[in-house]
Order: sequence, then structure tokens, then C-alpha cells
Amino acid sequence: MTTTSDGSRRRFLRQTAAIGATFGGVVATRDALAQESPLVVPPWTKTPGLPLSEGNYGMPSPFEKNVVRRGRKDYRMPGSGSIMTPHGNLRGTITPSGLVFERSHGGVPEVDPAQHRLVIHGLVRQPLIFTMDDIVRFPSVSKIHFLECSGNTSQGWMNRPATVQLSHGLLSSCEWTGVMLSTILDEAGVAPNASWLIAEGADSAGLNRSIPIAKCLEDTMLVYAQNGEALRPENGYPLRLLLPGWEGNMSIKWVRRLRLASEPAMTRWETAMYTESMPDGTARQFTFVMEAKSVITDPAPERPLRAHGFMEIRGIAWSGNGRIKRVDVSTDGGRNWRQAELHDPVLNRALTRFTLPWQWKGEPALIMSRAMDETGYVQPTHRQLVAVRGTANRYHYNAIQPWQIAGDGKVTNVFA
Amino acid sequence: MSSRNRVLLMAALLGLSTSLLAQTYQIGRKTTEAQIAPWVIDAFPSGAGLPAGKGTVGEGRKLYETRCAACHGMKGEGTLADRLVGGMDTLKSGRPVKTVGSYWPYATTLYDYVNRAMPYDSPQSFTPNEVYSVVAYVLHMNGIVGADATLDAATLPKVKMPNSAGFTTDPRPDVSNIPCTRDCK
Repeated sequence: MTTTSDGSRRRFLRQTAAIGATFGGVVATRDALAQESPLVVPPWTKTPGLPLSEGNYGMPSPFEKNVVRRGRKDYRMPGSGSIMTPHGNLRGTITPSGLVFERSHGGVPEVDPAQHRLVIHGLVRQPLIFTMDDIVRFPSVSKIHFLECSGNTSQGWMNRPATVQLSHGLLSSCEWTGVMLSTILDEAGVAPNASWLIAEGADSAGLNRSIPIAKCLEDTMLVYAQNGEALRPENGYPLRLLLPGWEGNMSIKWVRRLRLASEPAMTRWETAMYTESMPDGTARQFTFVMEAKSVITDPAPERPLRAHGFMEIRGIAWSGNGRIKRVDVSTDGGRNWRQAELHDPVLNRALTRFTLPWQWKGEPALIMSRAMDETGYVQPTHRQLVAVRGTANRYHYNAIQPWQIAGDGKVTNVFA
Repeated sequence: MSSRNRVLLMAALLGLSTSLLAQTYQIGRKTTEAQIAPWVIDAFPSGAGLPAGKGTVGEGRKLYETRCAACHGMKGEGTLADRLVGGMDTLKSGRPVKTVGSYWPYATTLYDYVNRAMPYDSPQSFTPNEVYSVVAYVLHMNGIVGADATLDAATLPKVKMPNSAGFTTDPRPDVSNIPCTRDCK
């Protein structure tokens, strides 16, 4: 932004600060609004606006400066942490690219796409090496899918309260464009005894995961674009894998090598990490699918109730096993449930938006949502989940999320 | 002989074109395992992929103390980065302490990971001998190999990890809920 437009922006903010303050209260009643002064023609109408943003990458309004990715700030190594999508400030089913969650284990590499290469080798008829130009030449596909870290909502195992951003923010959804992995695997010719594909990133972690060949051939993509533009560096620029519905760690970012093998490599990420400790001391391995989950994003801790009367309860639901079939919402702590409206598009392994109209009269209420997917699977309660898996686990928590609404409209995270 | 090879052989014998088995789009460059070898660093539990070379606990100790201890602690107790040592008998406690010794099922995984990703500030800078040595020392700190151990491509895959039998497969869906709508619970 130029000095001139910066100056204009500051002036704009100063001029509108007084008007913005009018709407700052928590619960506004119809009477309070009626006492407002008569309308004035605002300053932004009585002066020309800012110059066009030519040369700039467009940014949100300065009034939305609070809508950013945040982490728990408890990670200890630079580049090895996670920052979350602010679902408590979003409205749709597509996550803006700059707000997509980020989880990395060796920092974000600055990969030059002209020098980047993808190698396919191992149990193939013909090992091949591709440039980015090569990959973009292949027949392309665009698909909308969610991407979720298996550690998303892990605070649920620990009964640790959080905002919807810090509890559910290791989840994002984009339109992904690239080539089906099966197309490129066919070029190399997969040998009949190749049952695993070992994928590796070009980052300093050289992050590597073993993927069953069936998933590679079913719906895995090699993607170079998200939401219509090139992948963001933190999301794998210039090339990543995308495994719809499976834990995010497997969608290898900055992918540079695919090795067909007859056995898994048993990498650190599929043994020491991303395995699930059970009460009997054993651990589940290769738990790939993200099971059905939902969360109310409005109201939420970030979005307290501001007025009595009509409101719409809004949220998102998703399943790694297919489409969302139904979402029920309870406003009485799980005793009675009403079916929410699902909004188009209801896509396979994508975020689905749901809404339910509600009248809130200022009473304390415990609200929650419960997703069902097309396999008939029903999102469990915290109690049901913990009864089977205990609380030593750190991954794949997908229980119903209750929000407690207080008389003043404040919303807090509780566990039922 | 694999079925694909049988088809190729038949095609060759009959003098037929093998175009059906070749690349559809003719995009990309053919390469060989030799050409890509500098990138191929996977170490499998079978020992496949482990390079020539060997390392000792004594050499590993020196390397560990200069290149690893700043983040993992002098005794592998973990400071900035993960704890590496101990935690045996904690996996059933509800608060498992997961270390190389208590949790990791394969010693080859330690080679693979140290070789590709460590030290954090300069990954892939250790020689094979250095990686074998660091691996030997971390295993020794966990009481898994003796002070005089020498590890190489033949011996490392044979190291028995304490939790090697501790993993199961995915039984999900393992939790069910009933979509009750009225007077529930």
C-alpha cells in the first residue's frame, strides 16, 4: 500500500471509530436501538474513496484485522508448530487461502518451482522425473475437499476449553486443482506387487508417509493450486498431495518423491507420531480416516449472542467417509434435538454448512450439533468416545462440541 | 514372473508393439535408480535402504553431546525438543511418556529420521557413520544396546525394540451413537 493510501486509511479509521463504537455492546435490545440518534450521512459517502488497489494483493477491510490465524503458542521449535483457521469469524465452506491452517515440522521451505522435481520410482515399470511444467500439462481436475490435521480438536481429550478457532482450527477447506495421482502413476506403470506408496516432501523434515496404494488410485490428487491460485508456500508450494478425508499429515507438502513399495516405510510420522495410545497401553497405527464431525461456529466463544429474539444457529459438518447426510442441533444440553437445514453444495469429503432458526430470550442454554454421514455413522458424545479410547490419545477426537451460553450472551466451551 | 512381465514377454515374442503398456501422455523424463540415488534415503524395517558404514556408541556419545543435547538434553530427557529416553512402563498409565525407548517400534525408523531431518539446524549433514553412531548412542541411553555396540546395515534391523509388539491396526468405526431426538438420555 502506498504512503498516500496508508494516510487515507488512518483518516478513514479515525473518522469511523465513533460510529463503530455504537455497536460495541454485548446484548442490544430493540429499545436500545430505538434510542439511537437519527441517521447521519457517513463520512465515507461524502468524500471519494481510496484509489484502486492496482499492484496490491487485495486485503480484508481494516475492521477485520482480528480475523487471522492463531496458534496455542506452546510449540518450542521455530517452524515446528501449528496455527489455526478462525472458524469463529468465517461464514462459508471455503477457507480463504491466507487463513488455511498450517502445521509444519521443519519450517516452510522457499521452493523455486523452476528447480522443483517430482520423482516416481521403486516398483514401477519406468522411473520418471517431472518438472512443474510437465505436471501442469496432465489432464487436470478441480475438487472441493476439507483438509484436517488428526490433532484437530485434540483439546477434547484433555477437557481443555478453547475458542472454536483453537479447538477446531486445524481444519480448512479449499477448491484444489491438480492432476489425479492415478494418472501420473499410470505413466510410470505400477507393478502388481506395489501395495504402498511412500511420499516425501522437499522440506527440511523430508516429511515421509506411507500411503496404501488403493487410496492413491481412488481419489488422491497431486495439487498445484488452491482456490484458483498457486498453493501458498505454507500449504506446499509448488506441489502437494491431497488425500481427501484422510489425516492432513499424509497430504505431503512440497512433495518431491513417490516411491512404490511392497511394505510401509514405518516412518517416524506413522510410528512415533500420529499413532493413538489406548488405555491398555497399545497404540493404533494407520488410523487414516477423519470420521464425521460438526461444530457450531455461531454462536461460539468468539461470537457471543448480542440480542434477544430471533437468531440463526450456524455451523459446519464434514466426514472423511463421504457426504454429510444430516445434522441435528440441541439447545437444551442434548435432551431434544431438531434437524438443521443443510445448505448446498453437500459434497463428498467437504465442509457442509448447516443452520437452524432459534429464539433466544436470555436464558442460559447448552447448545451442540451432531453430524451423521452417508455411511450412517453418528458423531459420538465425549463420554462415548472416551469410554472406548480413554484420554491418553492425542488424535482423531471427533466428539460433539457443546457450547454453554450464559444469560449475558457469553459463550464458553464445556464438555458434556 | 509377474503378470505384467508375462504380457511384455508375450508381446516381444509375437513382435507386437508394447504401446498399450507404455506412457499414455509421454510427459516427463525417463530416469534410473542410479540417477536419483542422492534423493533416495528411505530406511525400511527390513534394512532395505540402509547405507554401508557403521557407528559406535562411543562415537555417538561425542556427536550427541555436541549436536543433539542442546535441544534433547544431555541425557535425552528433552528440553526444547522431544524427550528421547525413558518412559518405560508408562504406556498403560493414562499419561504415556513416548520416547525412542518406550514407544518406537523399529530401530530403522530412528536411522531414517536422524538421517533425513536431524540436526534440526542442518539436516542431511551427518555421514552414514555418524548417523549409525548417534542411533547407537540413543539406543544405548535407553538400555537397548550395550556400551560396546557397533551398528550397521546388518545389525540395526535386528535390534529388538521394547514396544515392537505394541501397535494394532485401525478398528474404526469403534464408537457408536444413536441419533435420538426426543427426551434423550
